[in-house]
Amino acid sequence: MIREDFREIARLVRPGARVLDVGCGEGELLDLLRREKDVDARGLEISSDGVGACLARGLSVMQGDADSDLGEFPSEAFDYAILSQTLQAVRQPRKVLSDLMRLAERAIVSFPNFGHWRVRASLLAHGRMPLTRALPQPWWATINIHLCTLRDFTELCADLDLRIEAAVALSERTAPREIDPTRALDNLRTETALLLLSRTHHVAPAAPAAAGLFD
Amino acid sequence: MPLAGARRLSQPGRCIDRVLDARSKPAMTDVRPAIQTIETGGGVLKLAPELPLRLESGGRLIGVEVSYKTYGRLNEDRSNAILICHALTGDQHVASPHPQSGKPGWWTQVVGPGRPIDLNRYFVICANVLGGCMGSTGPSSHDPVTGRVYGLNFPVITIGDMVRAQAELLSALGIETLFAVVGGSMGGMQVLQWASDYPERMFSAVCIASAARHSAQNIAFHEVGRQAIMADPEWRGGDYLRLAVRPEKGLAVARMAAHITYLSEPALQRKFGRELQRDGLSWGFDADFQVESYLRHQGSSFVDRFDANAYLYITRAMDYFDLALRHGGVLARAFARAREVRFCVLSFTSDWLYPTTESRHVVRALNAAGARTSFLEIESDRGHDAFLLDEPVMHGALQGFMDSAADARGLRP
Repeated sequence: MIREDFREIARLVRPGARVLDVGCGEGELLDLLRREKDVDARGLEISSDGVGACLARGLSVMQGDADSDLGEFPSEAFDYAILSQTLQAVRQPRKVLSDLMRLAERAIVSFPNFGHWRVRASLLAHGRMPLTRALPQPWWATINIHLCTLRDFTELCADLDLRIEAAVALSERTAPREIDPTRALDNLRTETALLLLSRTHHVAPAAPAAAGLFD
Repeated sequence: MPLAGARRLSQPGRCIDRVLDARSKPAMTDVRPAIQTIETGGGVLKLAPELPLRLESGGRLIGVEVSYKTYGRLNEDRSNAILICHALTGDQHVASPHPQSGKPGWWTQVVGPGRPIDLNRYFVICANVLGGCMGSTGPSSHDPVTGRVYGLNFPVITIGDMVRAQAELLSALGIETLFAVVGGSMGGMQVLQWASDYPERMFSAVCIASAARHSAQNIAFHEVGRQAIMADPEWRGGDYLRLAVRPEKGLAVARMAAHITYLSEPALQRKFGRELQRDGLSWGFDADFQVESYLRHQGSSFVDRFDANAYLYITRAMDYFDLALRHGGVLARAFARAREVRFCVLSFTSDWLYPTTESRHVVRALNAAGARTSFLEIESDRGHDAFLLDEPVMHGALQGFMDSAADARGLRP
């Protein structure tokens, strides 16, 4: 069975594109994109088990950390960089997001929306960190260290001069639907957000993260 | 396996060797044979005198010989050949017993029937490097011009020269394109050199525990080894073979020092700790500790199978290795023509001789060149030598990489 968010990501990706999946796990998404969209699939994955599984699928995957190793890829090497359910778990989300936009023309980012009504209701009713379908683990066990709301994220995008080309709300129970991420009501109703981002400007030729790339 | 160009081979001998198939474990109910028959071959390529080998130093070597072994069968399309490049003190006996020591091949964990480099699927070639002492031309060979042993008259050779000699061998065997070039340590350097010099002759590359240049620390350790050899009075200015002596003590010390760098502190501690050879201290300089005895054994068994001058020349070739140098210091440019090659780069967490940073440096350049690159750092506390040992994660990664590359190449399983 293919995850719903993978289906949505596959829908957004242009056939034949060069794709980097950051935090690609065992390579299910890359495999799907390669099969259905004939993409040039590359991945970055932190766990050696994950990289091993990707190698067995014939994928080109590097072991590495989104926080520290995105600098190993040259600027504008990809058409799409995908960050699926990972942004909230990195140490420096702002830096990771700008790294993604340096090495790819577009980024596809998904994350659990902390502005979802269930999260708000849970916090309001119990006064404790919410436990929901999208955030199932207690605060002391979760890998999520930088949770944000849809509104927070759109503000960061504006700050980084990124254009939101498409936005979709995902939920386990209902079909994906298009949303307007700047609307307060969509911030309330979106459990998991999936956004397609692009640069409004060209990458500066001497992007700091690219320095030393050819040394 | 018909060999085109075999007329240039002095003894393209073929035989059927019995290679241990370690998949088969003896069991009461298991009637499979524990030994599987694998076709092996080999011989010595002799380059004709009118075809000297050009050297990076500007010199030429006349009448070069390359001694090699083969395993498995070359398919009809000649598309399933893998070149395995050996490390500093390795040799061509990658999957068959060493002719002198009788020990199993040095990489039977990886190369064999059902192994990641499956001898039922691939045709493996492994050649003794130029400058070596296992049948290929080196400082202990005779100079065809003077008829005397080269000794220090042998020219300084490089990793690039070793690779050029291998390319000559493959042409003589009628193998235009390799399915893969695979190697660890100095073998990995040769893999990278192949990707730089002959990318159109290879489909994939595996570089394990290696680097695109030798670090100051590595040069320093090699210098200790060379000085130990040259400080041995029996070295005789490199002329020992003619004088029928051998600098065994110097070579043994060189090996002992080098062997420490192949291990790791935790591995040494786990294996030996402060365990004594016998009860009580000797209150002298005998090998009291087990680790001393182990190192002495490593040194003394090494001199039985290795030539001191070959050690000088090969370590020098490694020290001179800096793949980016001829490309304006930009490593990515060395791989500019290797965009179509699939790379697998592996390193080990406890390898302090060729640490992960060196592999990452290679990987970054490969990415910048646009090559398909996979990279994995394997958790192991066994140091640099981990690549020669039973490391399941490495074997799994290699298996996955080789299988999928073979499928992409259209090789029959």
